Amino acid sequence: MEIPSEQPIDQGPMLVLDNAEDVTRLGDRLAGVKLIVLNFPKFTDGRAYSQARLLRERMGYTGELRAAGQVYIDQIPFMLRCGFDSFASAQKGFAEALAKARTLFSVVYQPTGDGRTTVNQLRLQHRRSAAA
Amino acid sequence: MPDTHFYRYDDYDRALVGERVAQFRDQVRRRLAGELTEEQFKPLRLTNGLYLQLHAYMLRIAIPYGTLSSRQLRQLAAIARKYDRGYGHFTTRQNLQLHWIRLEDAPDAIAMLAEVDMHSIQTSGNCVRNTTADHFAGAAIDEIEDPRVWCEIVRQWSTLHPEFSFLPRKFKIAITGSPNDRAAVRVHDIGLRLWKNACDEVGFEVIVGGGLGRTPMIGKTIREFLPKDELLAYLEATLRVYNRYGRRDNLFKARIKILVHEIGAERMREEVEAEYAAMRDSALKLSPETVEAIARQFAPPVLRPRRTRVPEVEAMKLENRAFALWLKSNVAPHRVPGHAIVTASLKPAGAPPGDASSAQMEGVADIADAWSHGEIRVSHEQNLVLPHVAIESLPEVYRALEKLGFAEANVGKITDIIACPGLDYCALANARSIPVAQRISNHFAELARQHDIGDLKIKISGCINACGHHHVGHIGILGVDKNGVELYQLSLGGDVDFGKTALGTILGPAVESDKVVEAVEAMVATYLGARRPGERFVDTYRRIGAQPFKERVYGNS
Repeated sequence: MEIPSEQPIDQGPMLVLDNAEDVTRLGDRLAGVKLIVLNFPKFTDGRAYSQARLLRERMGYTGELRAAGQVYIDQIPFMLRCGFDSFASAQKGFAEALAKARTLFSVVYQPTGDGRTTVNQLRLQHRRSAAA
Repeated sequence: MPDTHFYRYDDYDRALVGERVAQFRDQVRRRLAGELTEEQFKPLRLTNGLYLQLHAYMLRIAIPYGTLSSRQLRQLAAIARKYDRGYGHFTTRQNLQLHWIRLEDAPDAIAMLAEVDMHSIQTSGNCVRNTTADHFAGAAIDEIEDPRVWCEIVRQWSTLHPEFSFLPRKFKIAITGSPNDRAAVRVHDIGLRLWKNACDEVGFEVIVGGGLGRTPMIGKTIREFLPKDELLAYLEATLRVYNRYGRRDNLFKARIKILVHEIGAERMREEVEAEYAAMRDSALKLSPETVEAIARQFAPPVLRPRRTRVPEVEAMKLENRAFALWLKSNVAPHRVPGHAIVTASLKPAGAPPGDASSAQMEGVADIADAWSHGEIRVSHEQNLVLPHVAIESLPEVYRALEKLGFAEANVGKITDIIACPGLDYCALANARSIPVAQRISNHFAELARQHDIGDLKIKISGCINACGHHHVGHIGILGVDKNGVELYQLSLGGDVDFGKTALGTILGPAVESDKVVEAVEAMVATYLGARRPGERFVDTYRRIGAQPFKERVYGNS
């Protein structure tokens, strides 16, 4: 996918970031941004997962967060949990896989910014309601 | 599973493992249908423990914190019988490897694991691996706290971690709860040591950047004392720093130890602490209820104090020399009087270290049911441990182990060799490891002599990746390939026990395969000639230095 950096598109300004970029230093560059594209130059290079979580959970970014580059079906569950909500993938069957990815795992252990209730939180609720 | 004394899956854990099996089954189907290339499939199969080796696929099964119930061990035996050749190989990371698996069968084998609340998730690949622990946990006399509680907390947190499933390289965590470290925490990516501070609080020393492999390094302490409830926040902070800054340009420089080495321990500490400052008191903080609920499941079996001096044991000691030696080397003190921790040696003379047949696994499971509260441990030294045995049962346990061939009185001795699978199985190896181990084992088979030589750890790796931990062997043996000839480099003075972590020093030129036994014999002779009373091999080496050993091995010329 080729999108020129920091060019406005119809839904507002966007940022295309290299995966070595320190997203905690974006500061004012984030103002008014509606789309951020994070890059997976190889699907085995996982730096953008950390970038995504930092953008969502620390920088408070609420716009569209797109995964680009080598984006394959089996990364979707991880990407969703890290805060990606759009995907540039040409892989056959990707759309179908995306539709199923949210329910592939009914339980999650890690608290992330995706709002899913973790196993430990469920256990606590269960224990507290049993004790009440 | 009733009556286990360690963590049992609940419905959530079971759901996740079941869903993982279904996902993997679909991935294998897509691979076989050609929808996934091998390049795309490789990381997927690796994170389910499936390696492609020289002759076949190998399945690496996680044994979290090295703890197994008899039921689980029987299931492993059944899987080995059904999908492999009826045996398995226990590894230095408390895993079990099956070396002859067919790709088509792998999902079914993994489904059989799930039936007994086990999995092979993240036993390979560039992710957080199976967290290892002291194999005497929950029974050791010197323990401050059971490290397995924390291993289980780490297991859950690291399982399918969305941010850390594509790290620069693999990531290994070990936890010890005793001052006498039996988990080698200083040679792991992260080592955690539970200790009690002056205020009587228990917390973690956090050690980062240790490891063996081609660049052996001893880990650096970046946090002296971490409150226990902040463990996951601190781990997440450390992993995030590594995921962002660890090198990805060179496979051989991608481990966290290289990052720590290049930026320095102090800078690493600052980076981790800064990240941790933003994460502490977050949802990662462990509530007391969460920790207690897990800790409760590790409540040890109720053992009543029993006789510590048993006439039958004393009598057998006098009659049976091998039993007397076995008591000395394979039986360790237990925290409850009248009990003991028994190590079943998977190193009978001439056998491949760490191998067990399905029948042997079932035999050990039976022994555990009869005399060790149904519990078995796997040690990083590739032996099996029966953690809760009454002293009065020792004669029966000894005889039962003898029938299985696992009663060799050699734990900690020269034939208790650690060896990687080597060139007999592994695609990375430069040289064979197992036949070298077998020759040394046969040469030094006589038990009385082994006990005279005393504690001496030989560790053998078939290549520089150091799966056999040769850097920390009292005698380390590394297989190298020189123009198509398998040669063996010898090193001396490594150590990993009791907090005295040291890396060995290369003794001299590599020797040919058929000269290894001779060289080891020469080193042993040097030690026997020079030792002072009470000195172990490695102590004598430290006192007199390498020169006398060198002269004896290579001659004076």
